[in-house]
Amino acid sequence: MKRIGTLFGAAALLLSAAATPLLAKTPPGVLVVAKNIDDIVSLDPAQAYEFTSGEIVSNIYERLVEYNPAKIDELKPGLAASWKVSEDGKSIAFTLRPGAKFASGNPVRPEDVVFSFERVIALNKAPSFILKQFGWTPTNFEQMVKKTGPNEVTITIAGNFAPSFVLNALGARVGSVVDAETVRKNMKDSDFGNAWLSRASAGSGSYALETWRPNETVVLKANANADLKAKTPQIVFAHVAEGATQRLMIEAGDADIARNLGPDQIAAVKGKAGINVETYPQAALHFFSLNVKHEKLNKPALWEAIRYLIDYEGIATNLLKGQMKVHQTFWPEGFPGAVLDKPYSLDIEKAKGILDKAGIKDLTIDVDMIASAPFTDIGQSMQATFAKAGIKLNLTPGASSQVITKYRARQHEGMILYWGPDFMDPHSNAKAFAYNLDNADGSPQSTTTWRNSWHIPEMSRRTMAALVERDGAKRLEMYRQLQKEVLKESPWAMTFQAQAQVVIRDNVKGFVHGATNDLIVYRDVEKK
Amino acid sequence: MGILLDITTRVPNSRAEARLIQGAMRLRRLLANPSSAIGLVLVLALVFVAIFAPLIATHDPNAQDFAMRLKPPSAAHWLGTDQFGRDLYSRLVHGARPTLMVVLLVIVMAAPFGFVLGLIAGYFGGIVEAVLMRLTDIVMAFPRLVLALALVAVMKPGLINAVIAIAITAWPPYARLARAEALSLRKADFVEAARGLGMSWRGIVFGQIMPLCLASVAIRATLDMAGIILTAAGLGFLGLGAQPPLAEWGAMIAQGRDQAFDAWWVAAVPGLAILAVSLGFNLLGDGLRDVLDPKHHD
Amino acid sequence: MKSLARILPFLARTLAGLALTLAGLLLITFIIGRVMPIDPVVAIVGDKASAETYAAAREKLGLDQPMPVQFLRYIGGVVKGDLGTSSVSNRPVIEEIGRVFPATIELATLGILIGIAFGIPLGIYAAFKQNRWQDHLVRFVALFGYSMPVFWLGLIGLLVLYAGLGWVGGPGRISVAYRYSVPVWSGFMLIDTLRVGNLDAFRNALSHIILPASLIGYYAMAYLARMTRAFMIEELGKEYITAARIKGASEARVLWKHALPNILVPLVTIIALSYGLLLEGTVLIETVFSWPGLGLYITNGLFAADMPAVLGGTFIVGLCFVLLNKSSEIAYAFLDPRTER
Repeated sequence: MKRIGTLFGAAALLLSAAATPLLAKTPPGVLVVAKNIDDIVSLDPAQAYEFTSGEIVSNIYERLVEYNPAKIDELKPGLAASWKVSEDGKSIAFTLRPGAKFASGNPVRPEDVVFSFERVIALNKAPSFILKQFGWTPTNFEQMVKKTGPNEVTITIAGNFAPSFVLNALGARVGSVVDAETVRKNMKDSDFGNAWLSRASAGSGSYALETWRPNETVVLKANANADLKAKTPQIVFAHVAEGATQRLMIEAGDADIARNLGPDQIAAVKGKAGINVETYPQAALHFFSLNVKHEKLNKPALWEAIRYLIDYEGIATNLLKGQMKVHQTFWPEGFPGAVLDKPYSLDIEKAKGILDKAGIKDLTIDVDMIASAPFTDIGQSMQATFAKAGIKLNLTPGASSQVITKYRARQHEGMILYWGPDFMDPHSNAKAFAYNLDNADGSPQSTTTWRNSWHIPEMSRRTMAALVERDGAKRLEMYRQLQKEVLKESPWAMTFQAQAQVVIRDNVKGFVHGATNDLIVYRDVEKK
Repeated sequence: MGILLDITTRVPNSRAEARLIQGAMRLRRLLANPSSAIGLVLVLALVFVAIFAPLIATHDPNAQDFAMRLKPPSAAHWLGTDQFGRDLYSRLVHGARPTLMVVLLVIVMAAPFGFVLGLIAGYFGGIVEAVLMRLTDIVMAFPRLVLALALVAVMKPGLINAVIAIAITAWPPYARLARAEALSLRKADFVEAARGLGMSWRGIVFGQIMPLCLASVAIRATLDMAGIILTAAGLGFLGLGAQPPLAEWGAMIAQGRDQAFDAWWVAAVPGLAILAVSLGFNLLGDGLRDVLDPKHHD
Repeated sequence: MKSLARILPFLARTLAGLALTLAGLLLITFIIGRVMPIDPVVAIVGDKASAETYAAAREKLGLDQPMPVQFLRYIGGVVKGDLGTSSVSNRPVIEEIGRVFPATIELATLGILIGIAFGIPLGIYAAFKQNRWQDHLVRFVALFGYSMPVFWLGLIGLLVLYAGLGWVGGPGRISVAYRYSVPVWSGFMLIDTLRVGNLDAFRNALSHIILPASLIGYYAMAYLARMTRAFMIEELGKEYITAARIKGASEARVLWKHALPNILVPLVTIIALSYGLLLEGTVLIETVFSWPGLGLYITNGLFAADMPAVLGGTFIVGLCFVLLNKSSEIAYAFLDPRTER
């Protein structure tokens, strides 16, 4: 039996040998970002349509015009040094910045711009609608986007749009300019290099892609040929799905920046030595909507009542601790034209009165939501407050793709979801929340109005009128009017505007986080 | 113990009495073993708490109070509160209900199904056996949790669907067990005799063979219950089981996971409950096996 | 060893059964994938894509074909080693599984080694002390292993040993500081770090794997200890052992020369089985420890509507499971003189 004892001893020794104290700091010259990166589908700017890919693409590619992350209503030159709008407002000529080069060393030419936009239209991927709004099709493209000089490219739009709208749309990530020569070398069949560019890069931005291993890591390296040089040679996005884990990593110095900490984790690290917490207002808006296709939900009194049954303040302040702020109109605070009215707050008696008067009782609503924070937190709070007014919410958390599948088919009753504008123009949201001309099942739209079957022909016409209004101030006033109407009349309660809370080690300087993921800039990040 | 002692020392006067005495002796042996006694106590505690949950709980398990979020255990909240300010003790107590329900429903669905399938396969042999056991093999070839995950995802998350998914993955062992027993009994003298007397196969399988296999199925089921609790908790942990606001222990761990490092009690408490209950079933099943099935050493 | 003539039919039967089982496995994964209420097209083209974009992607996935055609295509692909293309990453699933599987194997292998190192001696020890307190203790420890919610213990383990005491590494296979200094060669972190002679990285990787491996190792230990104890008690009850003891053989001799060699074959079978169980058991552990292995790959795929990934991963786990079972069956038939087929 002695030998058995020896065996135990050996095994125990093996285990204890592993127990080593750990002090793994991130290496110098490498910025380690702990982030959930499982949403990346493709890093091709013609396809990238998720939060993380947007952020990465924006640091790899430049656009003709770019937003100023610090001042969202200001467009600044990107690859285009200047531009000129034609008399009739239907075409814009861009002059490219001289001397700009791609990471390959190739110069940036008008041909590259034409090629970049052409592949967006031809590939017809998710974000392509942003450019297709201009009336561009594979057949008319050659007439619409042309090289008009050695260093000039001119785009033409079919339709009558405000030029500010066109520029705003071109500032979206889908307007990124790729290196046509390099991409052409990697084309397969007629895919315009999509398969290759999904996991490689060919841009003129401050960084180039080194590696992407799905659900594991994305590594960016500084682009030596960039005009705007990166200060940190390498950025590593380490995939860490759990906020709790990210918190441990940032505290231990295993990460320099942590992006997905929950409200309580933020509260726990706040004030700890070596750690800063920064808050950045985001463009994403959260809402609770009712699908009025269901007769029992097609009651304006009910729509009004639900707006009094949400504990806006309690959720924003106590539960989510600043990861959300109360916002009740469809255009976010900080963007030109936003209406900041907040007429609704939790008032169960008032809601009960409205429901009684309308004779609504014993109502049960099945509510779908994404099975992760903050949706589950918001949902459970709403479940409790709605119950007090006699409305039973059956929450069904699901995978986001599952929830969206149901939402697209208009099979939901209630929905807790969010919306992010696709480009920084009020039309992006007005189209989603104040436009629905054709409510037929057969003509699916991605708008919140269509998805919830809210048919508003009259308001839709005014939304389109705002789109073509060329007087900037007048245009914004039209959008303000729309926001006020939707606030009172819609079958949803707009609830919160997201705020990104980022945890940064205090030796990291220069991180810029704008209102969308397109506006997260790593170029000036330095580790001291 | 007094009554038990009294019964077991008596000389039986009838078959029924003999059975009663045998049962009492087994119960005594079960209780004599401290570990199975502990198991029985834990299982009975689960049943008791589940039945009387509203009386035992101190708070409404779903009442939220943001002002009292994530408070450590105290006199007002014996086990502290969760991130909605709900009383954890009351949620823990109410959580006994879904746990017990899942265990019972899965056993009620899976055990008879697998059992009958196995009996039929074992009794008939030949092509029937080949087909049925191949089916069993295929289902058994699946990683159980992964199959349950995929099934719940197909059906949409929820407690009942979790039950169905677990039941679908849980029946094959019963089929194997019953087949083995039926196989060994098929040629037994009393079965041959029954067949000679012209008894139908239904009569033989369900009247003669089945009663003899029930003990081993009962042991298997008790031991299985721990596994079912763990699988259900795993599904709940991944968000595929019970849905909010229902207090279910696996889902409670998942909810407490985000705060685990600051408010350890939120995740720790339901985990301990799962551990205690599944340990209870295992101890009890182990003890039952010793008592009912003396051949077994394992 | 039995004559080949008796083994061959058995072998043929086993292999035919294997093929049937695998076909059934594929059919079930296929059906599950197709009735999933997740639109795989949306996962690819995004929520706001136009109707034509949607239709084009759907056709490319072959989803416009009738079900039987889709299934035959699927089987045909699997036979050629093609498990489809991940709808998330656009890469072949087989290639992705090849990338993540070593992490799972490494974890499960270390787990089973820990399980063997503790489980078998404990089982033998308990058998020798049958019905004494040592035996009861071992049985209790084993039952405890059966009863623990492994994801919860993992969480508590991280809380105490990593966050609290700093004794072990955190989630993941290795700290970021080392991740890019170790080139992937075998895919096994412990081997790759040793290959390049980076001892710090090796210790770091070991400190990451030790906690999850110990947890699943505990589960394996519980199983192995119970089974070893049962085999041993049965063996010790046999007449030849009694005879040896009467002749004055020491307990050590009884163990090493007589009993142990005789229970080796069933032990090997049980080890193979529990290894299969561990491969499956890594699903929850990998989630808790952000361990980039097959289990995490499957659950991630599930939540991202990546059907090819889920189907492929499930199939591979099932395949390993079946192969381990069948090969232990065959080994049993070859090695064990008592088996009559």
